[in-house]
Amino acid sequence: MAEANYPEDLLYHAEHDWARIDAGDPSLATLGITWYAQDSLGEVVFFDLPAVGASVSKDASYAEVESVKAVSDVIAPLSGEIVEVNQALSDEPQKINEDPYGEGWLVKLRLADPAEREQLMDAQAYAATLAG
Amino acid sequence: MANFRSRTLRGERTGSTASLRAVPATLRRTALYDAHVAAGAKMVEFAGWQMPVQYEGVGAEHRSVRERCGVFDVSHMGEIETSGPQALALLQRLLSNDVAQIDVNVDGGGAQYSVLCREDGGVLDDLFTYRLDTDRYLTVTNAANHERDLQWFLTHAADFPEAQVGDRIDHYAMLAVQGPRARAIVQAISDAPLPARMTAATRRVGGGDVLVCATGYTGEDGVELLCSPADAAGLWHELVRRGAEPAGLAARDTLRLEVCFHLYGNDLMVQRGPIEAGLGWCCREDTGFIGAGAVRAVREAGPVEKLVAFTIDGQGIARQGNPVAGGGEVTSGTMSPSLGVGIGMAYVPAERAAVGTRLEIDVRGKMRRAVVKQKPLYRKGS
Repeated sequence: MAEANYPEDLLYHAEHDWARIDAGDPSLATLGITWYAQDSLGEVVFFDLPAVGASVSKDASYAEVESVKAVSDVIAPLSGEIVEVNQALSDEPQKINEDPYGEGWLVKLRLADPAEREQLMDAQAYAATLAG
Repeated sequence: MANFRSRTLRGERTGSTASLRAVPATLRRTALYDAHVAAGAKMVEFAGWQMPVQYEGVGAEHRSVRERCGVFDVSHMGEIETSGPQALALLQRLLSNDVAQIDVNVDGGGAQYSVLCREDGGVLDDLFTYRLDTDRYLTVTNAANHERDLQWFLTHAADFPEAQVGDRIDHYAMLAVQGPRARAIVQAISDAPLPARMTAATRRVGGGDVLVCATGYTGEDGVELLCSPADAAGLWHELVRRGAEPAGLAARDTLRLEVCFHLYGNDLMVQRGPIEAGLGWCCREDTGFIGAGAVRAVREAGPVEKLVAFTIDGQGIARQGNPVAGGGEVTSGTMSPSLGVGIGMAYVPAERAAVGTRLEIDVRGKMRRAVVKQKPLYRKGS
């Protein structure tokens, strides 16, 4: 994905992460990193998959993503338990660059406190943080 | 996603390309700065310079050099000219190799790699020296070390009144043209045949005088072009027009690590000597260079630790500063674009340096298995 893009249907964390609340189950969310994050990192060459069952805390690191020259923590936008990880990234971590909101998703989370979503930004507010 | 604008790899020092931080305004720019920005380069701070770390992407740039031809701006590297009747005597004192072995010919001369050592054998820099004429030599320095090297040269020149040392960093821009097609692309705009490998000669290239050095840092055939900064942009655009693909410092790093070339500040440092680094082949202790006694002592006793190349067995990427279980540390590590595995170099205890030795590396708390491999890690056609 060559151009900056911040879908309207996602919620955003200031550390450049997104969350997509499941349409049918408000206690389930998919997480990933934003277009800005993957563009700043450059080509992702390794995503060390976290373990299913691990608990994550909002604003804390739950995984690492590595580009050729840098390693970065991935910050959880919401708290909960990991119920699924994107196994495809094990062989094709570049999907994080190619499709950060689709095939490049990282984990799915059973939310500990669905009300935390109120603290996240919408696409417009997140994009405004980047403009500064 | 935390701190990815400012976080560099743990243990990383000046002399690596990882920084993603914004570029402060006081940094130096090469003559090609505008060309890089126009080409969409991501610019980063490197040893006080604003340098292109990548253009389209490090993987594509790496492959272009392995398969076709890449062009790198390496104008941040420094140059020191040593001349006069005692130039050879001074360089023999400073450089670890036998400088008398560098030939001279009608329009240039030979090229030679060496290290610059302190009295205790610690490595101050690694350098290429080109013979320009009977009593004229040009030594190319690493950007981060240039000022220290220059002062070291000037200090010791006091003992050689008929040798002159001059800073030439502002006289030259430097373009590295590397890859299987590199020589053909440069040859097409040169007024005479290019110099043979490991020699240098002055040519008219693209209309300007260029010191063409048949050397490189990628493991591929190619040349390094030292030209006037005023000619650099024209030369760059002509090379690109003829098929050379712009490549950044990130690809330069993955390319050099695959072939196990040392990077000062990662794999070489004042705390370690050339024998430990596997550079005994460029040290001729009988020339009496500064540090020769210390180097000889390590060579005769055998080094306590050695720099080895490794590949990761399985997933993961070891990085500079990661400890090796049982002693030692990783000094360079990356994902190899050519091999598709994590690769690196590490200092380990000498008894664990044999090819095939299994290592465990602590990568931010996770133990990763690695195997000591023959250098270079990548060979043409492998």
